[in-house]
Amino acid sequence: MTDQEHSNLHPDDPETTGHSWDGIQEFNNPLPRWWLWCLYATIVWALLYTVAYPAWPMISGATPGLLGYSTRAEVAEEIDRYDALNADLRTQLTEVDLAGVTQEDMPDLYNFSIQSGGATFATWCSQCHGRGANGVQASGYPSLLDDDWLWGGTVDDIHQTIAHGIRNEEDPDARWSEMTAFEGILSDEEISQVVNYVLTVSDQEADTTLAAAGETVFLDNCAACHGDNAMGDRYLGAPNLTDRIWLYGGTPEAIEETVRHSRFGVMPPWSGRLSEAEVRATAIYIHSRGGGE
Amino acid sequence: MSSSDAPPKLYAAQEPIFPKKVKGTFRNLKWVIMFVTLGIYYITPWIRWDRGPSLPDQAVLVDMAGRRFFFFWIEIWPHEFYFVAGLLIMAGLGLFLFTSALGRVWCGYTCPQTVWTDLFYTVERWIEGDRNARLRLWKGKWDLRKWRLRITKWIVWLLIAVATGGAWVFYFADAPTLLRDLLTGQAAFVAYATVGVLTATTFLFGGFAREQICIYACPWPRIQAAMMDEHSITVAYRDWRGEDRGKGKDREGLGDCIDCNACVNVCPMGIDIRDGQQMECITCALCIDACDEIMEKTGRERGLIDYLALTDEANEREGNPKVPVMRHILRPRTLIYTALWSLIGVGLVVALFIRSEIGLTVAPVRNPQFVTLSDGSIRNTYDIRIRNMTQGDAVFRIGLTSDEILRVDLEGGQDLMVDVPADETLLQRVYVIARPDDPAATADRTELRFWVEEFGTNERAYQSQSFIGQGTQ
Repeated sequence: MTDQEHSNLHPDDPETTGHSWDGIQEFNNPLPRWWLWCLYATIVWALLYTVAYPAWPMISGATPGLLGYSTRAEVAEEIDRYDALNADLRTQLTEVDLAGVTQEDMPDLYNFSIQSGGATFATWCSQCHGRGANGVQASGYPSLLDDDWLWGGTVDDIHQTIAHGIRNEEDPDARWSEMTAFEGILSDEEISQVVNYVLTVSDQEADTTLAAAGETVFLDNCAACHGDNAMGDRYLGAPNLTDRIWLYGGTPEAIEETVRHSRFGVMPPWSGRLSEAEVRATAIYIHSRGGGE
Repeated sequence: MSSSDAPPKLYAAQEPIFPKKVKGTFRNLKWVIMFVTLGIYYITPWIRWDRGPSLPDQAVLVDMAGRRFFFFWIEIWPHEFYFVAGLLIMAGLGLFLFTSALGRVWCGYTCPQTVWTDLFYTVERWIEGDRNARLRLWKGKWDLRKWRLRITKWIVWLLIAVATGGAWVFYFADAPTLLRDLLTGQAAFVAYATVGVLTATTFLFGGFAREQICIYACPWPRIQAAMMDEHSITVAYRDWRGEDRGKGKDREGLGDCIDCNACVNVCPMGIDIRDGQQMECITCALCIDACDEIMEKTGRERGLIDYLALTDEANEREGNPKVPVMRHILRPRTLIYTALWSLIGVGLVVALFIRSEIGLTVAPVRNPQFVTLSDGSIRNTYDIRIRNMTQGDAVFRIGLTSDEILRVDLEGGQDLMVDVPADETLLQRVYVIARPDDPAATADRTELRFWVEEFGTNERAYQSQSFIGQGTQ
């Protein structure tokens, strides 16, 4: 660094830092001292912060910090707070007549049920019935959105199904139906005839000769549960075979599979795992998704 | 300045500034602007505006919880945020316009930092005296009198700071209610925190940081350099008239400047304008007032320090007559800024008058895409939101326009009429059903048009959507 580099062109200019590039000099216009102290303050603040709050990574987790701050604890606190806020609604929900909970008559309770029931559904029910409650066709998880119900679609019916489940052995109050597997009972020809008959009652294409013969087979073997007109029986949980909705699919192959080997879909009971208020809210939620009766 | 072997200093202590009291045109202008801007700031939240029941009756209110902005008869909903964006663009263009025409006129007169610092200086002068008294006090020992004056000053500053921070929160809640809550300790924590932060910043920035904010913290001095040109009006010293400066009666060979330092003593930024244009200058023009007063006293022409453009220097050195200020201001650049600014302004006003007071949003539920009903009908579900932006409850009829035959049902089994309370949005689940023999049931996609019609006024809002049929499978 030479004196030349430190000198200025104009006598009133501030001194230079000595940095010069291509004839351009850097003036030394010092920053105010308070700014320097602000910098020190931020450094001190940063150090204190890492002591006060969780920060330094250790072998198993970070240092907890002197203030005991924890986001998990905060979330738990928030959840408790909202639980406390909703306690009244929850109690009310377990006491009211479910059919009376509507948008017009009890908007607060209805909205609470839709929101919390939706959350419960997403957590516990969507694995089988799908996030949109549309079920999984052909795998026996029914759509809850349509207007076809094996066991009835009033909000009380739905509540009963959620609380006790379907065909499970853990709960004596569970709804129960069981179709006979007809392989071995009916001959292959009879099975073929009854399948064609079922296709005709649901307005699908079928072999008319086989279907005509199938009517007798149906009346002898199936009508006891499904009814003479194949309309099913909700009391027995026997599905209506004349509509367009098929739990396991309505193709000839799927129907034949059902006749031969029968089906045995199981839904677990929820009354032990979920609170009564949760079960009720979920029933109201499902009832509101477009299929409720 | 000569070089030395010691390394140059990187940090310097703040030089205290003791601006002297000054009288004159620009000082009066600053008083008026301070009075008007502070008046607007403090009074606005207290203006009442009757909007009818269930709506706030505060004329200007930023309702965060309800996501509304109320401005007298105008109500801005969140989806109309483009009004705010438009106003911000206008504010930006306005700054370009004023800066290109008049330099840092914003800084000198209307910047909150300037206004409050000016107010704080006024308090300081009122309690501790003018420049010389303050200088003496600053140098003097911390005796009883100094403590008394200092503490009095800080208390008054603090009161102003509290009032400043306090006024801000009234824009965000009903002012009388909030004031009562603040005083009785019932207001929300965020209200106290806001008042606290704004009180602290006002007290520190206005009382202690002052010109430091303008020089070191504010980016505007750096940015404004890009918006000015040689025609921009700034405060400047006519050195061709003033130099060589000098004291004394014998003015032989001397210019008009008597080197009285009046311009330096009144400067709130602590600079000497005779050094030429400099970044620190906020063009508040107090030096013009101070110099003009001296020029009057000494019987010389006013305007030794004046609002000038850079081009004036060359022009006046040649002895040409002064160029009128308006000639500097009215030039293509400023006219283009004005035109753009007005265009956006007119656009916003037009948008304000043609905007619809009802709104419709239709969100199709696509999980599942459709539901097959037991009779073979295909049903699609839509969540529709109807906004009633009027100030009265309204009944809307929901309808559908389509070439195909489709049926509409509302969840909850009502007829197709829904009530939407004033200033609210209603969420309604709607089912659209195509019977098995409707073309839409078997088609892939069918275009539909939802509409809602306000009962009584026949005002409609539309939205196009599509219906998904079995053809997608």
